[in-house]
Amino acid sequence: MLDLTFTEPAPRVIHGLEGDWEMVIGMEVHAQVSSKAKLFSGASTEFGAEPNSNVSFVDAAMPGMLPVINEFCVEQAVRTGLGLNARINLFSAFDRKNYFYPDLPQGYQISQLYHPIVGEGEVIVWMGEGTARRVRIERIHLEQDAGKSIHDMDPEYSFVDLNRTGVALMEIVSRPDIRSPEEAAAYVGKLRQIMRYLGTCDGNMQNGNLRADVNVSVCRPGDYEKYRETGDFSHLGTRCEIKNMNSMRFIQQAIEYEARRQIAILEDGGEVVQETRLYDPNKGETRSMRSKEEAHDYRYFPCPDLLPLELEAAWVEEIRASLPELPDAKKARFVRDYGITEYDAGVLTAEREAADFFEEVARGRDGKMAANWVINELFGRLNKEGRTIGESPVSAAQLGAILDLIRKGDISGKIAKDLFEIVWTEGGDPVRIVEERGMKQVTDSAAIEKVVDEIMAANPAQLEKAKANPKVAGWFVGQVMKATQGKANPQVVNEIVRRKLAG
Amino acid sequence: MGELAGLTISEARARLRKGEITAREITEDCLAEIEAAAPLGAFVEVTAEKALAMADAADARLAAEGEAAPAMCGIPVGIKDLFCVEGVRTQAASKILDNFRPPYESTVTARLWQDGAVMLGKLNMDEFAMGSSNETSHFGPAINPWRAEGDSRPLTPGGSSGGSAAAVAARLCLAATGTDTGGSIRQPAAFTGIVGLKPTYGRVSRWGIVAFASSLDQAGPMTRSVRDAAIMLQAMAGEDPRDSTSAPRPVPDFEAMLTGDIRGRRIGIPKEYRVEGMSAGIEALWQAGIDMLRDAGAEIVDISLPHTKYALPAYYVIAPAEASSNLARYDGVRYGHRAKLAPGEGIVEMYEKTRAEGFGDEVKRRVMIGTYVLSAGYYDAYYNRARKVRTLIRRDFEQAFASGIDAVLTPATPSTAFALGEKGQDDPVEMYLNDIFTVPVNLAGLPGISVPAGRDAKGLPLGLQLIGRPWEEGEMMNIALALEERAGFDGAPSPWWKG
Repeated sequence: MLDLTFTEPAPRVIHGLEGDWEMVIGMEVHAQVSSKAKLFSGASTEFGAEPNSNVSFVDAAMPGMLPVINEFCVEQAVRTGLGLNARINLFSAFDRKNYFYPDLPQGYQISQLYHPIVGEGEVIVWMGEGTARRVRIERIHLEQDAGKSIHDMDPEYSFVDLNRTGVALMEIVSRPDIRSPEEAAAYVGKLRQIMRYLGTCDGNMQNGNLRADVNVSVCRPGDYEKYRETGDFSHLGTRCEIKNMNSMRFIQQAIEYEARRQIAILEDGGEVVQETRLYDPNKGETRSMRSKEEAHDYRYFPCPDLLPLELEAAWVEEIRASLPELPDAKKARFVRDYGITEYDAGVLTAEREAADFFEEVARGRDGKMAANWVINELFGRLNKEGRTIGESPVSAAQLGAILDLIRKGDISGKIAKDLFEIVWTEGGDPVRIVEERGMKQVTDSAAIEKVVDEIMAANPAQLEKAKANPKVAGWFVGQVMKATQGKANPQVVNEIVRRKLAG
Repeated sequence: MGELAGLTISEARARLRKGEITAREITEDCLAEIEAAAPLGAFVEVTAEKALAMADAADARLAAEGEAAPAMCGIPVGIKDLFCVEGVRTQAASKILDNFRPPYESTVTARLWQDGAVMLGKLNMDEFAMGSSNETSHFGPAINPWRAEGDSRPLTPGGSSGGSAAAVAARLCLAATGTDTGGSIRQPAAFTGIVGLKPTYGRVSRWGIVAFASSLDQAGPMTRSVRDAAIMLQAMAGEDPRDSTSAPRPVPDFEAMLTGDIRGRRIGIPKEYRVEGMSAGIEALWQAGIDMLRDAGAEIVDISLPHTKYALPAYYVIAPAEASSNLARYDGVRYGHRAKLAPGEGIVEMYEKTRAEGFGDEVKRRVMIGTYVLSAGYYDAYYNRARKVRTLIRRDFEQAFASGIDAVLTPATPSTAFALGEKGQDDPVEMYLNDIFTVPVNLAGLPGISVPAGRDAKGLPLGLQLIGRPWEEGEMMNIALALEERAGFDGAPSPWWKG
C-alpha cells in the first residue's frame, strides 16, 4: 500500500509580551458506541425516546441487579482500536469510579482504569496537502455514560432522565501531541471519520454522541521537544482540563481563550492552577469548575460484579480481517489509481459512502472527470440542499451514464449540466432523456460547416477582423454554439472555424 | 400442632408423594407455628395468602406428577430479607429500603418456586447482612430458640442470617435461604443447631439478592439435615446468564452423592485454627469431630494454613470496600426512604440526611471503613494489601488440596450463642471475631458447611465446619453426613415461646 508522505506542521505560536509561547493539547474524546443495547443492560440506546423509557432495572440500579457485558460493544471497541492502529489488550478489566450524582443511579460508573481494552495507537491528522500531525493514542477504554439532570424545568425540583444511563462510551485518550486549536478540531474530525468508516460511532456531536475533554497547557519554544525526547512532563506547563465540549468550533475557541488566559497569568508572574474548567460559548471564555483540591476522590477499585475480559487473539484477527479500507489508505489509493489530487482525494474520502459513490462513478471511466463531477456538481448540489450522499436523487449509475455521454461526444459539458439538472429533478435514464429531448450534440461536420458558412456570410466585418486576429475566432465559435442551441460539438466547431479563417 | 412443620424436607417429600399429607397441611401448620413464635422475631413479613396459594398449586402438581414432582414441591420455606421477591416487601432489614417491593424475582427464589417450594415469608437478618448477631436489624433482633440451661436470657441466633436460623431451628419452616459473606449462614447455623451450607463462589446466582460484598456473597440453604441441604442446594444452584460471576458448570446430583461412605478420605486439621481463648467445649467438640471422621474410615492429617491469621483483617477491608460502593445506590432518589428536607436544602443535604436516617450504625461504620480504605493514598496500604492476603489465603487452601486433602475440619465458631447485647457494644472487633473460622472460606471462594455436632455444658448447640474443594459440595456434604450420623445431634429446642 502506498502511503502519502507528509511533514508535521509548525505549532501554533502566540506572541506574548515577553516572548513566544506554544500550546500543548491532549484530548479525551468520549465516543458513544454504535450499538442497539447498552453496555451492561439490554435497554435500548435509541436517541430522542420519551424520558426514562429506555431504562432497565440494571440502569436504574435497583437492589440486587447485576451488569452483564454486551459483547457487541466489546467488539466495537476492538474494531475502533484496530482502526486507530492500536494495540488490543487481550486482558482487560472493569473498575468502579465512585461518586454521588442523581443521574448516576449506581453511585459509581463502571469504567476501565487499570486495564483498558485498547493500548497505544496513532492517528494521522491532515492539515493540508503534504502536511499532517501524528497524534499518539495512549489508550481507549470502555465505560458507561451517565444520565441527564435537568435543572430548569421546575423552580424547586430537578428532573433526571436515565435513558442515556449505561450507554456504552469509548474514551479515547491522546498524548499531548496536538499543537494548535485547528489541529484539535481536525483530530476530533479524523477520529469521527475513522469511527464512521468503522461503523463504531455515528459521530453525531449535536446529540452528544461525540464529546471531548481538552487538556491545554502552554510552554516556551523548545520545551515541547524536550518533553518528547525525555517523556518528562515537567518540561510542559501546568494543564487545565476543559470539560465536555460537543462542537468543533467551541473546541477551537476554548483552546484559544484558555491558552491566552494561561499566558496572561504567567506573564503577570502568576502560576497556572491545575483545575477543571468549563467553556461558556456565550461569553467566549472558560471558567473554573473545580480545582485540584476540590477534585473528587473516585475510589476506583475492580468491579466485583464482572469478570475480567479475556479476548481470544483469533477473534481479534477475525475483526481485523473484516475492517473496511480506512480513510488514509483510501485517499492514497485514489491519488494513485485515479490520478486525482490529494486535495480531491481528501474530499472524496471524507465519508465512506461518498467515496463508494465516487468509485462507482469512476469505475471504467476517467478518474479526474469523475472526481470533478462528483465534487463540483454532485457535492455542490447536495450541500446547497443540505442533503447527504445517501439522499442524492442522482445515483452513481445515472451520473456515470452522463459522463459516458460526454466521453462519446454525444453531449457537451454544458449540455451535460442541463442533463444533470433534469436527472436531479425528474429522474430517468440519461441516455433516453438525451434521445427523447433531442439533446444530442451535432458532430456532423457538414452540418456544422453549413452553419459556420452562414454566420461568416452574415458577418463579413467580423470575418475580416478574425482573419487578421485569430483571437477573435472565439466570437464565431460562440455564434455557432448559440445558433445550434449548444448542441454542436465545440471541438468540431473550433476546428472548422479555425480552418475557414486560415483558408 | 407443629408435627408437620417439624418434618425435614426429605421426610415431607416422601409423605407428600405418597399422598399421606398435603402441602396445604404443612403450610397451615407452619403458619400457625410462625404466629405462635412471634416473640422470636424470626419473620419480618409473613405471606400467608401467597403461601396457601402456592401450597395448593404444589398439591395439584404433586397429584399430577407424583414421584416425578421436584423434590422441593410443596415444601414451605422462609426467605431471608436479602432476596428480592416480586411484590413482597424486601428491605434487607434496613430502614433505607422502607417498604421497597421489587418488581422482579431473584434467581434463587425463582428457582425454588419453579420447583414448587412454598413461600412463607421474609426472614429477619442483620441490616444489609452486616452483623453476627442479628442485632443490627432495623426490625429488631431475632432471638435464638435455644436457651442456656437455667438461664432465660435471650440469646442471639447469630447473624447475619439470624432469622433464617431461628425459624429453621424453631420448626417454623422446613428450611430457609441464607446468604454468607463471611460466615452469615454457617455461624447462625452453629448457634441454633442446624445445618448451614455456603456453596463455592459462583455456584448460586447472586442476581436479585441485595448486594453486600459482591466478591464474597453467596446464597445457600439452611436446613435441619445434611440431606435437606443437598436437596435444597440442588434447586438453588446453577449458572445464570444474568450473573457474570455464576459459573458455567453443571450441577451434579448432590443427594445421590450422599452415601455416608467416606473411607479413605483425607481430612485436614489446620493447626492455625487452634486459637487462643477458644473454649474448652469447642476444643473438645473439634476433637470429637476428628474421632467421628476417623471412626468413619477417614484419614486425619495435620495441615497448615499459614495465612489464616490475616484473614479477618483482610476481610474487614475487602468486604467494607465493596459494601461502600454497593450501598451508594441507596440515595433516596429512586426508591426506599427519602429524608424530608428543609426549605433551601438541596441534593447534598438529601443524600446526607437520607443516608444518616436510613442506615444503622454498623452499616455506617462499614461504609466509612470501606470509603477510607479505597481513598487515594490508602488504597495500596489497605485494599491492595488485603487483596494480596486474599490470594495467599486461597493459595494456602490450594496447597492443602493439592497435597491430597479432601476436606478441612474446623470448629464453626469460637463460642456458642451469646446473649443479646453481650458483645460488640464497646468494641466492634469483639463481634467481628465471631467470623474468625468462617471468613477464610469466603476469601478463598470455597464451599463450607456447618453441621450441628454437640452441645456445650449449658446445653447450647455447637457446630463443626467442613471446608470442601472448589465445586465439591457433594463430596463435602457426604463427609458432613458421616459427621451428622455419628454426632447424633438431638435437634429441637424446647418451645419456651409458646408458654
